[in-house]
Amino acid sequence: MFAADSGCWFTQKVLCWRAAASVAWSVLLLPASTAAFVVLSKLSVLHPVQMFADCVSVLLSAGSVFSFVLLAGVIIMVGFLTFEYYTVIPSIACSKVALLGQLLHPRQLLYCLAHGVMGVVVGWSCAVTIGYRYERLAYLCPQKDRDGLLHMCLNEHHLLLLLEGGFVGLSHSLLGVIQNLNYVSFGTVQQHKYLCFKASLPLAAKCSAAQAFYSVRNFVLLYFFLGHIPRAWMCKSLSLHLDSSAHPLDSISGLLDLSLLYLLWISATYLLFSWYMTLLLFRIFVTEAYSFPVQSTFTEEAPQCLPKVLSEKQPMILKFLALQDLSLLSQHSPSRRSQVFSLSQPGGHPHNWNAISKECLSLLADLTQRLVSYHETVATNGRTKSLSSGSDRKTSSESSGTEDLASCRPTFLMKTPASVFLRSVGAGPQSPLTSPFTPDLDSPFASPTLRQLTSPVDPGSPWHGVVQSPHVMRRAPKLWSTSTDSQRNGSPPASPATLPTPKPESSKPSFLAQFFQNRREQVKHFMAKRMLVMYLFTKLPEASSQALFADGQAHIWALDGLSYLVQASFTEDQFGVVQTTLPSILSSMLLLQEAVDRHFKLPHASSKPVRSTISLGDSSHKTLRFALRATLKTAIYRITTTFGAHLHAVQLSAEHRKRLQHFLEYKE
Amino acid sequence: MCSLTLFPPPLPDGQTTLCESNNELLSGNNTQNASPMSLHFPRESLKLHSRTESSSKAAFLDHSETLWMRSAAAWRDGGLTGLLNEITDSNSEVPKWLSVGSGCILALLRWMSSFHGSLFPHLTLSSEDMIAEFSQVLNWSDCVVRAFAWHPHTDKFAVALLDESIKIYNPKSTTTPTLKHRLQRNVAAMQWKPLCASALAVACQNCVLVWHVDPCSLSARPSSSCAQVLSHPGHAPVTSIAWSPSGALLLSASPMDTSMMVWDVAAESCVPLQRVGGGGVTFLSWSPDGSHVLASTPSALFRVWETRMWTCERWPCLKGRCQSGCWSPDGSRLLFAVEGETVIYALTFAGAPDISTSSLKGPQAAAVVADLSETTFHTEDGDLIVGGEIQSLAWDPRGERLAVLLKGDPQATNRPAIIAVFKTRTSPIFELLPCGFVQGEPGVEPRMMQFHPNFQHGALLTVCWSSGRITHVPFYFLTSAVPLVGLSGSPSLLHPLERPADFASQSLFTELLS
Repeated sequence: MFAADSGCWFTQKVLCWRAAASVAWSVLLLPASTAAFVVLSKLSVLHPVQMFADCVSVLLSAGSVFSFVLLAGVIIMVGFLTFEYYTVIPSIACSKVALLGQLLHPRQLLYCLAHGVMGVVVGWSCAVTIGYRYERLAYLCPQKDRDGLLHMCLNEHHLLLLLEGGFVGLSHSLLGVIQNLNYVSFGTVQQHKYLCFKASLPLAAKCSAAQAFYSVRNFVLLYFFLGHIPRAWMCKSLSLHLDSSAHPLDSISGLLDLSLLYLLWISATYLLFSWYMTLLLFRIFVTEAYSFPVQSTFTEEAPQCLPKVLSEKQPMILKFLALQDLSLLSQHSPSRRSQVFSLSQPGGHPHNWNAISKECLSLLADLTQRLVSYHETVATNGRTKSLSSGSDRKTSSESSGTEDLASCRPTFLMKTPASVFLRSVGAGPQSPLTSPFTPDLDSPFASPTLRQLTSPVDPGSPWHGVVQSPHVMRRAPKLWSTSTDSQRNGSPPASPATLPTPKPESSKPSFLAQFFQNRREQVKHFMAKRMLVMYLFTKLPEASSQALFADGQAHIWALDGLSYLVQASFTEDQFGVVQTTLPSILSSMLLLQEAVDRHFKLPHASSKPVRSTISLGDSSHKTLRFALRATLKTAIYRITTTFGAHLHAVQLSAEHRKRLQHFLEYKE
Repeated sequence: MCSLTLFPPPLPDGQTTLCESNNELLSGNNTQNASPMSLHFPRESLKLHSRTESSSKAAFLDHSETLWMRSAAAWRDGGLTGLLNEITDSNSEVPKWLSVGSGCILALLRWMSSFHGSLFPHLTLSSEDMIAEFSQVLNWSDCVVRAFAWHPHTDKFAVALLDESIKIYNPKSTTTPTLKHRLQRNVAAMQWKPLCASALAVACQNCVLVWHVDPCSLSARPSSSCAQVLSHPGHAPVTSIAWSPSGALLLSASPMDTSMMVWDVAAESCVPLQRVGGGGVTFLSWSPDGSHVLASTPSALFRVWETRMWTCERWPCLKGRCQSGCWSPDGSRLLFAVEGETVIYALTFAGAPDISTSSLKGPQAAAVVADLSETTFHTEDGDLIVGGEIQSLAWDPRGERLAVLLKGDPQATNRPAIIAVFKTRTSPIFELLPCGFVQGEPGVEPRMMQFHPNFQHGALLTVCWSSGRITHVPFYFLTSAVPLVGLSGSPSLLHPLERPADFASQSLFTELLS
């Protein structure tokens, strides 16, 4: 699947087994939930003995064995789809239209379709298990027709359960996109798998019951209005007749049957619960900490060692697990820390520490650049707006909406494919880490400044290292603005959905480009006045800030790992390998601190997201930026508290020294 | 083995303990201006709430609302029980079967809860009584100073007062910010976040508040938007909180909740760690090296959690619940006191668990290290009885002084609450030696105590007294185990070396004996 990359061993040796184990456990747990479902579906308070006998006979019958095999197949399929579609970096839609784009992506549609079909299968199994009037799709009509012949009639109750299964499956997969159900987050604390599962089981039951309730409500409404269509189609395609004596179900009296509604709800709960269990088990198994060796005596195992694995790009989860392992080892394991601080034999180079610190520092520098360039975009947009909409004061509020749209556009264009195809497509030239918010570099609309900022820093260039302060960067656009004015002034790219962008022409500032620009402005103003367009394109509050920190967990671990290692080096580092990197660690942390502080001054960035209602979708990505800010501060304090006054001897710029003094005096 | 007989006799009336120097406790009788650092909060100066909310509710309740509205209000205020109560009470407006049915359900619920309560008697307490019962503070409900917390790195501290406000004192700034919040009621504990300048966690009756008090801010009254509210249904009242020494996680415990919460404060998310036995969690203490957590329950059982994989060890006690505990600085030794017993126990743990040995490898049984049973001292003013049950334990951050707050007897005049201080040594072997009693003004008893986390010249014990006064008692000594970094700053009145001969004759407990 991954074209000749070295993370492949991990997928084959670890991930696949973890996914298989999780699926196996969910299949093993299926009989329990099926038994519970049977008991609940046969529930009768007045005749407990008969209920018990019914349940036993159903559970032991041949039909239930067959449906159980079918259900196991469904679970395996769900597990496989989860494995194919999971992501450790949540995809965050910046606007309604981006969300729509995610929903309508072919890959996503395939996912929904598969879930719909599996829902129908589960619905059929439920119908067979419940028995009575739900068991068969067709039955012998009680009345003979005019010719005196007996016909097969459609059993609408059975059809209702089938359709309900499909509907719940579809809505589950669609809601999964909105709630980021495929996002796998890593826990705050490490626990054994069994305890994790036990703790999350009540939540899964609660969520599935609540979700099933809403799904059944929606389904009943839908069936009330549109129920005749599938019924007629079914009759026609299977040449069945409608029983004229039976009451049609798409009527108020037909649907207000309490036992029918109860069974619909129970079967929807059962379906969702078994799928949620699979999802939960998958999350628990796949996020289990994995201990990578720090160094190996055999060269063939070198790609599996921590320093090498940290720099892998694909699969993403490998990098996450490696960073998690780094943070754990730096906190809990003195013996593995000593391996990190060790020197190579022969040669005496601290290869391990160099590789680890370099990777962590590049992660931090990457986030810093992302934040700075985002800040630049926001600031530039503000400036451009004041110039272009100076003549048209009335539409300033509307145009700000379109400006947001423009700032959000790179996310929409690149984010959707990048996130949805994250695992199917191999690593592109651009790392997926940077993809959410780097503007389209090949696009002519990106300013040279941005291009400079977002491109990987050349170690030889003056942008590298300590000199690379945001103050220097901030000054840059002003220097460039005269030459790039014609391109940047008032040319936020139009929405991709409304206008085909003429890329090649506008790269050279010519009359033609001017013409297209004017047209684009006109279209933009025209579109901005339409309510629907505005609704679709208005940026969701704080979504861009969330998207910026979508992979914040990696940075949190990098900060933790670095700071704990530096703290441990005070007593454990025998050769002083950490000392050589201490200035760059401190300066990159302080730079990031500055960028994060500036980011939190933006509107929406510091507002807390609303507490999510009961849902299994993980909303922890919404608060990652707060966690990152707290971790960053703690990391700097950890270093300053450990080293204390010794830090005065570290080579730092005057500005950073001042900042560090604040930390030393506990004034931050 | 009665340890208190080896102690020097308590001071005569009118004398207060000032400091320890040259290996002995010095006392004086000028009580009024004992120390410029001491604070005084007279009870009269605080504006107290004259009436609680629940008592005034009946007087203002509007009974002209419809049944529907009243039911909704009852559901909101009192949950299911409140709703059933409301329906049963208004039997003239609802159908008979409904009122009778709800009455039956209510009776059943009460019977079940009384059954549950007979298993765990603490569940029948009101939340205020529960905090008073399980707090580390002696006689909490009557205390002017309800909680006290030193900042782990600087010289500032926070004081929670009876009027539900928190004041922060910083010697480097003239402003003393006062923190008030709607939800900040019945503060049971406070702790500053380690490796952070500003965050203060407060255990309140219904939630945990985390205040962010900017040290550079000049505002005397930070707004309530500076506080994060961490609450979880069923997790109230919170009686104990503990930050991890690395500052990453916050633990909170409630006697009503069988699970203790691990909070990721920045994300405001929590992971419940549930163990049913014990019926709740009352007191938490995180070892200074971060590897273990002591969690005591209302029953005769406490747990020691290991913080890597969050597994726990059960420690059933014979007599009563674990009242208090404290860790040695290296996290290898736990001292704890059990309610109903007058001894201090010690548990020894192997060092921080490595990844290879993530499970706990603890000792098999706890050892008694000190016996604090009642001892009569004959003083000029008559006989004085010292000893009894232990309210709280505190160990100074260097592991050289152990302070024990003894409950005393409020009825008997000659048996006051008192602080006994031991000298301790953790390496090469664990030793416990008598030091003396810390006493305050006559008629005033100590309510709580805490050691300063980084006092240069030895240990600094801060004591909150029942009069509302907060005093600091320094213990000047030279550290033997820790490398002598801050020697130049040590005061000149110190004796250069402690005399080991004295210790050998007075030693209460050494590991060699046991």
